[in-house]
Amino acid sequence: MRDSPRMAGFSTLFRKEITRFWKVSFQTVLAPVLTALLYLLIFSHVLEAHVQVYPGVRYTAFLVPGLAMMSLLQNSFANSSSSLIQSKITGNIIFVLLPPLSHFEFFAAYVLASVVRGVMVGFGVFAITALFVPVPVKDPLWVLSFALLGSALLGTLGIIAGIWAEKFDQLAAFQNFIIVPLTFLSGVFYSMHSLPPFWQEVSRFNPFFYMIDGFRYGFFGVSDVSPRLSFMIVGGCLLALSFATLSLLKRGYKLRH
Amino acid sequence: MRALVDIDLDIPKGEFFALLGPNGAGKTTLISILAGLARADAGTLKVMGHDVTADYRNARRSLGVVPQELVFDPFFTVRETLQFQSGYFGLGRNDDWVDEVMAKLDLTNRADFNMRALSGGMKRRVLVAQALVHKPPVIILDEPTAGVDVELRQGLWQFIRQLNGDGHTIVLTTHYLDEAEALCSRVGMLKQGKLVALDSTHNLLKGYSGARLRLRLAQGVLPPALAPLVTTAPTNGEYLLALHDYAQVESVLAEIRTSGLTVMFMELEQPDLEEVFVEIMRRD
Repeated sequence: MRDSPRMAGFSTLFRKEITRFWKVSFQTVLAPVLTALLYLLIFSHVLEAHVQVYPGVRYTAFLVPGLAMMSLLQNSFANSSSSLIQSKITGNIIFVLLPPLSHFEFFAAYVLASVVRGVMVGFGVFAITALFVPVPVKDPLWVLSFALLGSALLGTLGIIAGIWAEKFDQLAAFQNFIIVPLTFLSGVFYSMHSLPPFWQEVSRFNPFFYMIDGFRYGFFGVSDVSPRLSFMIVGGCLLALSFATLSLLKRGYKLRH
Repeated sequence: MRALVDIDLDIPKGEFFALLGPNGAGKTTLISILAGLARADAGTLKVMGHDVTADYRNARRSLGVVPQELVFDPFFTVRETLQFQSGYFGLGRNDDWVDEVMAKLDLTNRADFNMRALSGGMKRRVLVAQALVHKPPVIILDEPTAGVDVELRQGLWQFIRQLNGDGHTIVLTTHYLDEAEALCSRVGMLKQGKLVALDSTHNLLKGYSGARLRLRLAQGVLPPALAPLVTTAPTNGEYLLALHDYAQVESVLAEIRTSGLTVMFMELEQPDLEEVFVEIMRRD
């Protein structure tokens, strides 16, 4: 069956974004999986004997979903943001601005490609770490839901960063001062309940915490807050960011003069 | 400061139109607004009757733009670049036309080369091919031959002429005014965002610059009565006189005869678009 002209535009942009990261999959998929594996090996070696976050769950096993989600989120962000900033700086963004693509098609193609890369990396991390430590999957639906919501949210954030940034160092600042701290301080390596009360309260304002906590619930059936609450918060953030991003794209913010 | 002011321009279907102007005159801004890359504060622009804002999908489908900058996506081959570009315009399976465009632009043997591996001239050809993959009725070429060698330039113009002959409307901006003169049937000139000239190439050449008479005398110097017509100091005994029209040749020769002088060499030169352009830019 042939795509309608409108769907063909969207599906082509989506396919192009997938092809783009797949052509450098060593850098975009394998490297983050290896990085996550190194985290796992080092942290589990140092802390395995000293920390038990959930009763009956080894620290190394506890770490796996957090690392998978952290990698998923960071790579989802990297996909849309790096594609856009490269296209803007090299000038080839013109090739997607000249065709009759709507702002919604533009948004959907970049976000979905980010979801694909994020989920591939997340699954890769989970698969490779499973060779070292068995991790149960209590509720795959929650795992999938948070993987999709989280990658879509970070893919959306990547679009905002990509169209806002005018130089690579601005994008690096966005990544290093916002995305990385929020992911590291979201409970990848610890449970929120192990923090002092003040920092527990601070963590509640970090949307990344809900993504990782809800994702981890899908594996162990245990979490710091209710997965339904996490789902609503992450879903709400995704809706709000999507609305903001669509509005920026519709106005042509920093894309069309 | 306004980039474009009171532009009222209608380019009929099938025309080969030149949009000329010095750097910063507003040519690229006008093209950007037509292509949806920039937005006008006021006014209406239509491509094939489709408003570029309200009916942007049809307006953009009707338009192929060859950008001024030599831009490319380093991730892809020539064929992938063209297939993706075709798909963005809603033409999912367009391989036959993509192959045809590559053949016409002599890109077939580079089809599977990465864009980074191409020379500047070849990248320029790919830009032209990208503008054509969706078979637009209107093609805008924004300085397409800047930095392009003679062979490619000639090949490119042959192809563009063929497209124009097939009914495509062509809008060309260029700093090579000899190209515009040779190719375009009508010319618009922009200066500081204003359209200061709009006429057929023929009328502009006829109306804005008289003929020039180059002559050498057998002996003596030019009579003082003709001195106001001399444009530049004589070199190797040759004078260059600016005439208002061809009829003035007779009075010049009569003055020379009356002064007892003899013409040894004489040549009438046609005005070119560059002279017209310089004159209009100076005057307006």
